[in-house]
Amino acid sequence: MSLLCACSCAVTPAPFCRVSRQTSRHHLHKKAIIIQKIWRGFTARARFRQMVKAAYFIMKMNFYEEMAVRIQRRWRGFFLRKYIHNFYARKSYLEELSRKNELVRRELDELEELQRRERNCLEMIKEQTAKVYQAHRLHHLLSTKQCPGVFNSPFRPAPHETELLLRQVKYHAPTRLAPRGKACLLGMPDSAASFPSSLGSPWIKTTGTFCFSKPILPPIVSKKQQGLFREPGEVWEQRVHCPDLTLHLQTSYTHLEEAQNQLRQHKGTGSMFHHPSHSSNSFTQPA
Amino acid sequence: MSQRQIIQVFEQYQKARMQFVQTIADLATRPQNIEILQNAGVMSMLRPLMLDVVPSIQQTAALALGRLAEHSDDLAEAVVKEDILPQLVNSLASQNRFYKKAAAFVLRAVAKHSPELSQAVVACGGVDALVLCLEEFDPGVKEAAAWALGYIARHNAPLSQSIVDAGAVPLLVLCLREPEMALKRIAASTLSDISKHTPELAQTVVDTGAIAHLAQMILNPDAKLKRQVFSALSQISKHSVSLAEMVIEAEIFPAAVACLRDPDEYVRKNVTTLMREVVKHTPELSKVIVNCGGMAAVIDYLGDCHGNLRLPGIMMLGYVAAHSENLAMAVILSKGVPQLALCLSEEPEHHIKAATAWSIGQIGHHTPEHAKAVATANLLPKLLQLYMDASSSEDLQLKSKKALKSILQKCTYLPALEPLLYDAPSNILKHVACQFSKVLPHDSKARRLFVTSGGLKKVQEIEAEPGSPLQEYINAINSCFPEEIVRYYSPGYSEVLLERLETYQPA
Repeated sequence: MSLLCACSCAVTPAPFCRVSRQTSRHHLHKKAIIIQKIWRGFTARARFRQMVKAAYFIMKMNFYEEMAVRIQRRWRGFFLRKYIHNFYARKSYLEELSRKNELVRRELDELEELQRRERNCLEMIKEQTAKVYQAHRLHHLLSTKQCPGVFNSPFRPAPHETELLLRQVKYHAPTRLAPRGKACLLGMPDSAASFPSSLGSPWIKTTGTFCFSKPILPPIVSKKQQGLFREPGEVWEQRVHCPDLTLHLQTSYTHLEEAQNQLRQHKGTGSMFHHPSHSSNSFTQPA
Repeated sequence: MSQRQIIQVFEQYQKARMQFVQTIADLATRPQNIEILQNAGVMSMLRPLMLDVVPSIQQTAALALGRLAEHSDDLAEAVVKEDILPQLVNSLASQNRFYKKAAAFVLRAVAKHSPELSQAVVACGGVDALVLCLEEFDPGVKEAAAWALGYIARHNAPLSQSIVDAGAVPLLVLCLREPEMALKRIAASTLSDISKHTPELAQTVVDTGAIAHLAQMILNPDAKLKRQVFSALSQISKHSVSLAEMVIEAEIFPAAVACLRDPDEYVRKNVTTLMREVVKHTPELSKVIVNCGGMAAVIDYLGDCHGNLRLPGIMMLGYVAAHSENLAMAVILSKGVPQLALCLSEEPEHHIKAATAWSIGQIGHHTPEHAKAVATANLLPKLLQLYMDASSSEDLQLKSKKALKSILQKCTYLPALEPLLYDAPSNILKHVACQFSKVLPHDSKARRLFVTSGGLKKVQEIEAEPGSPLQEYINAINSCFPEEIVRYYSPGYSEVLLERLETYQPA
């Protein structure tokens, strides 16, 4: 068009009808303007329509995004509060923990009490066995009817406990294995090679007694004989004081005839005064 | 001279030697005799007797030598210098068990004094000989060998490495399974000494399956064995997360809590040490221990013991609380804070106080609730006092300052903050004022309390450089109150009023 307008003076053809070139040029300009006007309007409207479409699209996207943000916000809040920083889970965890702590404290107290009682019990048993052992060794100090013993002084209101133990304990000769046997039975809490002390002297003992670790059978305590044997003392006495085993009887074998003779004489004479010594003599044992 | 008389001469000499050696061995048990023996030159006398023909003289000479070396450093060095060690090591392989025991005793006595002496023992092949002794049948020999190896391993990592390289660890684990109690104790103590230096050594010990055997012996009634077992487990678990997890997987934990009430105090201390070493790695491991009630048991243990024994327990609480605020709240709920307050006030030693201050800081720095729990136990003035006290060690001052600052940054419990306004130095005062300026604008009751308790007055008296953060906070506080009240409490207000009175002319 501009080409046309630029060189209109050169290119404008001669008009057919009776109008001047200027008029025809003006006419063409006006037509060109109309065409350009319509074209520009068309393209502008097209562009505008495009812009409107884009703006509409952006508006919709903003709206969607905002709604999406709202949803995500709610979801995130929910998810964190429910799963990650769950208040109620934390609360219940802390409550559980307090309860568990209480439980553990109680149980530990009971356990400690139990262990303490066990230890006291063991100690008392140890003490008691030591006392009984002492009573065995001091059995000779038992008081007799004639002579009150060391532990049963007449000035005391009541006998000492050792005296009572001495009375209860039955005497038997103490065996050499008894104290060690007792230590084994008690579980030997501090065995031969004690840890921090020097290895020096204990190791010599361990060579002899390292068999401590193996279970030792309890010693045979009583030396009572089985069966209905008589006490050895009795038998010995019997042997020592055995009466003379002779063929002599206590009375002579003619004893019966002599007694009958005596009786006849006694009855025949009638005088008792002559024969009391005879009669009494005849009844005495032969020497 | 007849043959009998000649033989008699030899027998007399032998008896004399035997008597000499036995007397020396007996004398060496008493420390006061040893100096005299040393001056009399006993070492050089004993040395040829160790090569004696008669075995019992050899053994007794070795025993005497061991006792002497055990007593002092110089004698042990003399043993090394006189080249007695190589011949001991050579004869270790060949002799009977009494001699082996005595020789292992000598090696142990020499190695226990210093790393250099242990190095000398290792250099003359002592470790291989001792490992051979570990394969013997006699438990006394094994015990002596394991004890010597333990003393060698105790000093440093290269020595432990040389012991591991000689293949001692599987044999030690076998010794753990023997029925003799003393042997078990010593094997456990040696494993503990080996694994304490580096993670690789601990891994080697774990690879031989020691953890399972140690875990079985936890509930053994013998106290000394338990000490060593727990010490070994804690040395293993202290190096890394994976080792600690392996120790936990052996399922010691609810059972070991029962050992916290053992009558022997070192057993309790070692259990607490084990718990501390496990807890310091990750929050999950801490949760395992907290969930089985270990926290409550440790807090009760802190109440029962005194002095250095408390240190592992205090540090354990600190490590647990440091991981997360859940666990810190768990510590607070298990009544940990009053117990720590007691420790802080009772213990005289600075390093224990420093550890307590650190633990308190770890508990209190998470949220305002934690800070409130710490503040209500009246710990803030104590921490301040420890910080300000000139006789506290540097470490203690540093730790208490850090703890105080970290707690103050979260503390919103104003009644506990007010005493701090009075004696604190300016760097602490800054934080206190900051907290006030945060809380006061929003809480009217707190404002009223602040005014009536004299806090506002004190704030006015604080001198701060204009433009410093402290001045800003003071301005923020002042802006919470009406101007008349601020002017009323400003210092020298009565003089200002009097001046006004003087210049006033009644109309």
